[in-house]
Amino acid sequence: MPRVNSVKNSLKLMIVDDSNIIRRRIERSQQIDRLEVVGAASNGRAAVEMFRRTQPDVVTMDLTMPEMDGVECVEEIIALNPDVLILVVSALADKATAVEAIEKGANGFLCKPFTDRQLNDALEELLSEA
Amino acid sequence: MFKEAEIRTFIEGTTAYFESSAQQSATVGSPYLVTDGNPGAYEYTGVISITGTRKGVVYFTAPRGMLTVLLMRMQETDTSDENIKDLVGEVANTISGNARRDFGKNFVISVPTIIAHDLEKVTTPYSRSFVIPINWRTHSAKLVVCLE
Repeated sequence: MPRVNSVKNSLKLMIVDDSNIIRRRIERSQQIDRLEVVGAASNGRAAVEMFRRTQPDVVTMDLTMPEMDGVECVEEIIALNPDVLILVVSALADKATAVEAIEKGANGFLCKPFTDRQLNDALEELLSEA
Repeated sequence: MFKEAEIRTFIEGTTAYFESSAQQSATVGSPYLVTDGNPGAYEYTGVISITGTRKGVVYFTAPRGMLTVLLMRMQETDTSDENIKDLVGEVANTISGNARRDFGKNFVISVPTIIAHDLEKVTTPYSRSFVIPINWRTHSAKLVVCLE
Protein backbone atom coordinates (compact mmCIF):
# COMPACT_ATOMS: atom_id res chain seq x y z
CA MET A 1 0.00 0.00 0.00
CA PRO A 2 1.65 3.26 -1.03
CA ARG A 3 2.11 5.71 1.82
CA VAL A 4 1.97 8.74 -0.47
CA ASN A 5 -0.25 9.22 -3.49
CA SER A 6 2.23 8.35 -6.25
CA VAL A 7 -0.14 9.72 -8.92
CA LYS A 8 0.71 13.24 -7.78
CA ASN A 9 3.29 14.99 -9.93
CA SER A 10 4.95 16.78 -7.06
CA LEU A 11 5.37 16.09 -3.39
CA LYS A 12 5.47 18.83 -0.79
CA LEU A 13 8.63 19.04 1.33
CA MET A 14 8.95 20.75 4.70
CA ILE A 15 12.44 21.32 6.17
CA VAL A 16 12.89 21.43 9.94
CA ASP A 17 16.22 22.48 11.45
CA ASP A 18 17.24 25.11 13.98
CA SER A 19 20.13 26.11 11.70
CA ASN A 20 19.25 28.56 8.95
CA ILE A 21 22.25 27.49 6.89
CA ILE A 22 21.22 23.83 7.07
CA ARG A 23 17.64 24.69 6.08
CA ARG A 24 18.92 26.70 3.13
CA ARG A 25 21.44 24.01 2.22
CA ILE A 26 18.83 21.25 2.11
CA GLU A 27 16.56 23.43 -0.02
CA ARG A 28 19.43 24.32 -2.36
CA SER A 29 20.99 20.87 -2.58
CA GLN A 30 18.00 18.64 -2.97
CA GLN A 31 17.74 17.73 -6.64
CA ILE A 32 14.61 15.60 -6.61
CA ASP A 33 12.43 17.00 -9.41
CA ARG A 34 9.14 16.11 -7.84
CA LEU A 35 9.92 17.65 -4.44
CA GLU A 36 8.63 21.16 -3.91
CA VAL A 37 9.66 22.98 -0.73
CA VAL A 38 6.56 24.41 0.96
CA GLY A 39 8.10 25.62 4.16
CA ALA A 40 10.94 25.59 6.66
CA ALA A 41 10.75 25.69 10.45
CA SER A 42 13.40 26.30 13.08
CA ASN A 43 11.97 24.28 15.95
CA GLY A 44 9.52 21.48 16.59
CA ARG A 45 6.66 23.67 17.76
CA ALA A 46 6.83 25.87 14.66
CA ALA A 47 7.11 22.73 12.53
CA VAL A 48 3.87 21.25 13.89
CA GLU A 49 2.11 24.54 13.22
CA MET A 50 3.51 24.71 9.69
CA PHE A 51 2.66 21.06 9.09
CA ARG A 52 -1.01 21.77 9.87
CA ARG A 53 -1.03 24.66 7.40
CA THR A 54 0.98 23.21 4.52
CA GLN A 55 0.24 19.46 4.79
CA PRO A 56 3.60 18.31 3.38
CA ASP A 57 4.14 14.77 2.07
CA VAL A 58 7.82 14.68 3.08
CA VAL A 59 9.66 16.20 6.05
CA THR A 60 13.37 16.48 6.85
CA MET A 61 13.70 16.66 10.62
CA ASP A 62 16.55 17.77 12.86
CA LEU A 63 16.54 16.32 16.38
CA THR A 64 18.38 18.77 18.64
CA MET A 65 16.26 21.91 18.57
CA PRO A 66 14.91 24.44 21.08
CA GLU A 67 11.27 24.59 22.21
CA MET A 68 10.34 21.11 20.96
CA ASP A 69 12.93 18.53 19.93
CA GLY A 70 12.75 16.43 16.79
CA VAL A 71 11.65 13.16 18.37
CA GLU A 72 8.64 14.82 20.00
CA CYS A 73 7.91 16.64 16.76
CA VAL A 74 7.99 13.36 14.80
CA GLU A 75 5.41 11.92 17.20
CA GLU A 76 3.11 14.93 16.82
CA ILE A 77 3.39 15.00 13.05
CA ILE A 78 2.75 11.27 12.74
CA ALA A 79 -0.34 11.74 14.90
CA LEU A 80 -1.57 14.35 12.41
CA ASN A 81 -0.76 12.27 9.33
CA PRO A 82 0.58 8.72 9.66
CA ASP A 83 1.36 8.62 5.92
CA VAL A 84 3.93 11.43 5.92
CA LEU A 85 7.49 10.42 5.06
CA ILE A 86 10.08 11.71 7.55
CA LEU A 87 13.83 11.78 7.02
CA VAL A 88 15.67 12.57 10.23
CA VAL A 89 18.77 14.67 9.51
CA SER A 90 20.79 14.86 12.71
CA ALA A 91 24.30 14.93 14.12
CA LEU A 92 23.31 12.48 16.85
CA ALA A 93 25.24 9.50 15.59
CA ASP A 94 24.45 6.80 18.14
CA LYS A 95 22.37 3.84 17.03
CA ALA A 96 19.89 4.17 19.90
CA THR A 97 18.79 7.62 18.74
CA ALA A 98 18.27 6.44 15.16
CA VAL A 99 16.28 3.45 16.39
CA GLU A 100 14.16 5.67 18.64
CA ALA A 101 13.37 8.06 15.78
CA ILE A 102 12.38 5.17 13.53
CA GLU A 103 10.23 3.67 16.30
CA LYS A 104 8.42 7.00 16.69
CA GLY A 105 7.56 6.93 12.99
CA ALA A 106 10.49 8.35 11.01
CA ASN A 107 11.29 6.50 7.78
CA GLY A 108 14.98 7.25 7.37
CA PHE A 109 18.03 8.69 9.11
CA LEU A 110 20.80 10.81 7.57
CA CYS A 111 23.71 11.67 9.82
CA LYS A 112 25.26 15.15 9.70
CA PRO A 113 27.63 16.16 8.27
CA PHE A 114 26.39 15.09 4.85
CA THR A 115 27.35 15.67 1.25
CA ASP A 116 24.84 16.76 -1.38
CA ARG A 117 24.96 13.27 -2.84
CA GLN A 118 24.23 11.63 0.52
CA LEU A 119 21.26 13.96 0.98
CA ASN A 120 19.82 13.15 -2.42
CA ASP A 121 20.45 9.42 -2.02
CA ALA A 122 18.65 9.49 1.32
CA LEU A 123 15.70 11.39 -0.16
CA GLU A 124 15.53 9.01 -3.15
CA GLU A 125 15.51 6.04 -0.81
CA LEU A 126 12.80 7.68 1.29
CA LEU A 127 10.66 8.36 -1.77
CA SER A 128 11.06 4.80 -2.98
CA GLU A 129 8.72 3.96 -0.11
CA ALA A 130 6.08 6.23 -1.58
CA MET B 1 38.36 12.19 34.24
CA PHE B 2 38.45 12.63 30.51
CA LYS B 3 40.73 10.05 28.93
CA GLU B 4 43.23 11.12 26.35
CA ALA B 5 42.21 8.19 24.16
CA GLU B 6 38.71 9.66 23.93
CA ILE B 7 40.09 12.69 22.14
CA ARG B 8 40.31 10.51 19.01
CA THR B 9 36.50 10.66 18.71
CA PHE B 10 36.58 14.44 18.48
CA ILE B 11 39.51 14.50 16.06
CA GLU B 12 37.61 12.17 13.73
CA GLY B 13 34.46 14.27 14.09
CA THR B 14 36.38 17.42 13.20
CA THR B 15 38.02 16.00 10.08
CA ALA B 16 34.73 14.42 8.97
CA TYR B 17 32.97 17.77 9.24
CA PHE B 18 35.36 19.55 6.88
CA GLU B 19 35.54 16.66 4.44
CA SER B 20 31.75 16.42 4.13
CA SER B 21 30.62 20.00 4.49
CA ALA B 22 33.47 21.85 2.81
CA GLN B 23 34.66 18.92 0.70
CA GLN B 24 38.15 19.99 1.60
CA SER B 25 40.21 18.31 4.31
CA ALA B 26 41.37 20.06 7.43
CA THR B 27 44.54 19.07 9.19
CA VAL B 28 44.47 18.57 12.89
CA GLY B 29 47.52 19.42 14.98
CA SER B 30 48.64 17.55 18.05
CA PRO B 31 46.03 17.92 20.79
CA TYR B 32 47.36 19.45 23.97
CA LEU B 33 46.21 19.74 27.52
CA VAL B 34 45.49 23.11 29.11
CA THR B 35 45.37 23.09 32.90
CA ASP B 36 44.92 26.76 33.75
CA GLY B 37 41.25 26.97 32.79
CA ASN B 38 41.97 29.22 29.83
CA PRO B 39 42.11 27.28 26.55
CA GLY B 40 41.47 30.45 24.55
CA ALA B 41 39.10 31.47 21.79
CA TYR B 42 38.78 33.19 18.44
CA GLU B 43 36.20 35.75 17.34
CA TYR B 44 33.25 33.32 17.12
CA THR B 45 32.56 30.38 19.43
CA GLY B 46 29.82 27.76 19.47
CA VAL B 47 29.47 26.16 22.90
CA ILE B 48 27.71 22.86 23.57
CA SER B 49 26.93 21.95 27.18
CA ILE B 50 27.30 18.27 27.96
CA THR B 51 25.13 16.54 30.55
CA GLY B 52 24.15 12.95 31.30
CA THR B 53 26.89 10.44 32.00
CA ARG B 54 29.52 13.07 31.18
CA LYS B 55 29.52 16.70 32.18
CA GLY B 56 31.27 19.72 30.76
CA VAL B 57 31.46 21.64 27.51
CA VAL B 58 32.67 21.18 23.96
CA TYR B 59 33.31 24.31 21.98
CA PHE B 60 34.40 25.14 18.45
CA THR B 61 36.02 28.52 18.01
CA ALA B 62 37.14 30.16 14.79
CA PRO B 63 37.89 33.54 13.20
CA ARG B 64 35.41 35.20 10.88
CA GLY B 65 37.62 34.70 7.83
CA MET B 66 37.59 30.94 8.17
CA LEU B 67 33.85 30.78 8.77
CA THR B 68 33.15 33.02 5.81
CA VAL B 69 35.15 30.80 3.46
CA LEU B 70 33.54 27.70 4.95
CA LEU B 71 30.09 29.15 4.24
CA MET B 72 31.14 29.89 0.68
CA ARG B 73 32.44 26.34 0.25
CA MET B 74 28.96 25.20 1.30
CA GLN B 75 27.54 27.32 -1.56
CA GLU B 76 26.03 29.73 0.96
CA THR B 77 25.99 33.26 -0.45
CA ASP B 78 24.72 34.95 2.70
CA THR B 79 27.80 35.54 4.85
CA SER B 80 26.07 37.85 7.32
CA ASP B 81 26.97 37.86 11.00
CA GLU B 82 23.80 35.86 11.70
CA ASN B 83 24.88 33.08 9.38
CA ILE B 84 28.45 33.13 10.69
CA LYS B 85 27.06 32.61 14.22
CA ASP B 86 24.73 29.92 12.93
CA LEU B 87 27.63 28.09 11.31
CA VAL B 88 29.94 28.16 14.33
CA GLY B 89 27.10 26.68 16.41
CA GLU B 90 26.33 24.05 13.79
CA VAL B 91 29.95 22.90 13.64
CA ALA B 92 30.05 22.54 17.44
CA ASN B 93 26.70 20.75 17.41
CA THR B 94 27.70 18.34 14.66
CA ILE B 95 31.05 17.35 16.16
CA SER B 96 29.49 16.91 19.62
CA GLY B 97 26.54 14.95 18.27
CA ASN B 98 28.82 12.68 16.26
CA ALA B 99 30.71 11.88 19.47
CA ARG B 100 27.65 9.92 20.61
CA ARG B 101 28.72 7.22 18.15
CA ASP B 102 31.36 6.34 20.75
CA PHE B 103 30.00 7.88 23.96
CA GLY B 104 26.42 6.65 23.55
CA LYS B 105 23.00 8.19 23.96
CA ASN B 106 23.63 9.38 27.50
CA PHE B 107 26.20 11.86 26.23
CA VAL B 108 23.52 14.55 26.15
CA ILE B 109 24.23 17.69 24.15
CA SER B 110 22.54 21.06 24.41
CA VAL B 111 21.58 23.36 21.58
CA PRO B 112 24.54 25.66 20.83
CA THR B 113 25.20 28.89 22.68
CA ILE B 114 27.02 31.41 20.52
CA ILE B 115 29.61 33.86 21.82
CA ALA B 116 30.83 36.46 19.35
CA HIS B 117 33.26 39.34 19.68
CA ASP B 118 33.74 38.77 23.42
CA LEU B 119 36.59 36.39 24.17
CA GLU B 120 36.30 36.96 27.92
CA LYS B 121 32.92 35.26 27.97
CA VAL B 122 34.31 31.98 26.66
CA THR B 123 34.93 29.95 29.80
CA THR B 124 35.20 26.30 30.79
CA PRO B 125 33.70 24.65 33.89
CA TYR B 126 36.91 22.83 34.83
CA SER B 127 40.57 23.81 34.74
CA ARG B 128 41.62 20.92 32.47
CA SER B 129 40.70 21.02 28.78
CA PHE B 130 41.98 19.28 25.70
CA VAL B 131 42.57 21.59 22.77
CA ILE B 132 42.52 20.24 19.22
CA PRO B 133 44.17 22.73 16.82
CA ILE B 134 42.53 22.81 13.40
CA ASN B 135 44.16 24.14 10.24
CA TRP B 136 42.09 24.62 7.12
CA ARG B 137 43.33 26.46 4.06
CA THR B 138 45.21 29.40 5.57
CA HIS B 139 43.04 29.56 8.68
CA SER B 140 43.38 28.27 12.22
CA ALA B 141 40.62 27.30 14.63
CA LYS B 142 40.28 24.99 17.59
CA LEU B 143 38.00 22.53 19.23
CA VAL B 144 38.07 22.57 23.02
CA VAL B 145 36.86 19.56 24.97
CA CYS B 146 36.40 20.09 28.71
CA LEU B 147 34.79 17.12 30.40
CA GLU B 148 35.04 16.01 34.01
